[in-house]
Amino acid sequence: MIQGHQTWVFNSKPVILASSAVGGPFEAQGALAEDFDVLHGDIWLGEDSFEKAEKKFLEQACEIAIHKAGMKKEDVQFFLSGDLMNQIISSSFAARTLGVPYLGLFGACSSAMEGLALAALIVDSKAAQNALAGTSSHNGSVEKQFRYPTEYGSQKPPTAQWTVTGAGAALLAQEGEGPRVTSATIGRVIDMGLSDPYNMGGAMAPAAVDTIQAHFRDLNIDHSYYDMIATGDLGRVGHQIAADLLAKHGVKIPAKKFTDCGILIYKKNQPVMAGGSGCACCATVTYGHFFKRMRKGELKRILIVATGALMSPLSYQQKESIPCIAHAVSFEMLEGRN
Amino acid sequence: MEKFLFAFLVGGAICVIGQIMMDVFRLTPAHTMSTLVVVGAILGGLGLYEPLVKFAGAGASVPISSFGNSLVKGALSEAEKTGIVGVLTGIFEVTSAGISAAIIFGFMGSLLFKPKG
Amino acid sequence: MSNKKKKKLTPTQQKYQRFAKDREPKRPVLSNVIRAFIAGGIICTIGQGLQWMFMTYFNFTEVTAGNPTVAVLIIISVLLTGFGVYDHIAQWGGAGTAVPVTGFANTVASASIEHRTEGYVLGVGGNMFKLAGPVITYGVFSAFVVAIVKIAIKALGGM
Repeated sequence: MIQGHQTWVFNSKPVILASSAVGGPFEAQGALAEDFDVLHGDIWLGEDSFEKAEKKFLEQACEIAIHKAGMKKEDVQFFLSGDLMNQIISSSFAARTLGVPYLGLFGACSSAMEGLALAALIVDSKAAQNALAGTSSHNGSVEKQFRYPTEYGSQKPPTAQWTVTGAGAALLAQEGEGPRVTSATIGRVIDMGLSDPYNMGGAMAPAAVDTIQAHFRDLNIDHSYYDMIATGDLGRVGHQIAADLLAKHGVKIPAKKFTDCGILIYKKNQPVMAGGSGCACCATVTYGHFFKRMRKGELKRILIVATGALMSPLSYQQKESIPCIAHAVSFEMLEGRN
Repeated sequence: MEKFLFAFLVGGAICVIGQIMMDVFRLTPAHTMSTLVVVGAILGGLGLYEPLVKFAGAGASVPISSFGNSLVKGALSEAEKTGIVGVLTGIFEVTSAGISAAIIFGFMGSLLFKPKG
Repeated sequence: MSNKKKKKLTPTQQKYQRFAKDREPKRPVLSNVIRAFIAGGIICTIGQGLQWMFMTYFNFTEVTAGNPTVAVLIIISVLLTGFGVYDHIAQWGGAGTAVPVTGFANTVASASIEHRTEGYVLGVGGNMFKLAGPVITYGVFSAFVVAIVKIAIKALGGM
């Protein structure tokens, strides 16, 4: 049901039956390594290209989530997925393997929550019994497509971020046990005219702020409703900007409640500049770390605001700026049932 | 062996110019290198790059700016011998070692190596 | 250049950009410059050493020694790129590794290695000059213009 201008409230509160987080070697050395289902020792997964490896990551994440829910591929009704590759090939090829009716999405790094929001809408409106939302990213394939060959010697500035190699998937259903999806705010495209592809955080922060404000406005709540609010991949630079910008607009979220998946996923001594990024950043941290904490009872209500930068390698060369978007999804553990 | 000292100083200085172009003027590496090559070509045409090479040796001949200078040198020397068409035929004469080596060994690299990510 | 761009931005956008710029960690320009100086200086010194070696032991002249010197530097650069080491050195050295011919070789090698997955013809062959193309194109074109201008000036009687 729609509430306010751009927020869906899911009255039946679809449940996340199972979720999965798969990562690569860099994530294995990271701060949240224990919250991953599988961590790989290399980024190739036995494939001979980065793109094929990324597909494998996503397939594995989906298979693990389906297996954890005690279901089979054939039981899944819809698969929603997006990634950063041209024509979202990782998602499409993973969908081919899964054989599930497929909706491909593009939200750049906000794909995780875009997919989850739509999956929740489908399940809540009884258009399906269940739906699987997934996303992936791969450091090698992203650098190759958007920036430079991975062995190229360019000097990354301190605002640059490191794309997470991995994938995450979440299986939603009408009934069951697990974190519940209670609402989703669909973001607008916000473009502040920034055009530095090495400073995604700065470009995306206004979109995150816009969506968070819209969420609070539509539901008539404030930050106190949530135990944790996390942005997807603003990184250290973008997250600080977002926090300051929110404060400027009168929304002061206490620092210990406001975090960012790109900051959490890696350790301070890893050479990741401003932090993690990529579709898998938000997905693996949410589906692994945050859901684990929710299932343990540490967090009751969280808001995940996935942020995406909607540019293409060509648009940058054509001197276009970087339009950004943020989608927010709220999750709650219900009393007495979990 | 003061040639080594001058090579170090001049080579380092040219790289500093490149670093400033990238960090202060926010040019991409491709824009920076292209600019340095064009500057090398212009200085070569003005007859100012050769003295630098004589003074600093590899400090002037190793940076990419010397590529521009060599291209001009090749064009002009061939034009002197065979007329204006020499500008076209002579351009790669002096730099052919660099370009050939880059293509040949770059290609061999693709035969031998996988990206490490 | 920046003013023309700024005019196309709305006041809100301009205000935000200033806001974001204030919170952007500044690039460590001084330390980058120092490291570029050191890295570039070392590479050129190695080049000088190679040149001396070729002149002393292999009978090259000062002019012709440049060719094998450049070739050896290129081979070294390709190997370092292939072993996955060059990008780490370059993160430290910045322009110090990019400006010397080693940087040129790295652009060709890294692009070739990366695009092998698309095949040797379209992948390697078609993408090899992805990053080196601008250098070659503008080098050749500017050399052409400079040469023509110089010849024209000479012909018109006077330099």
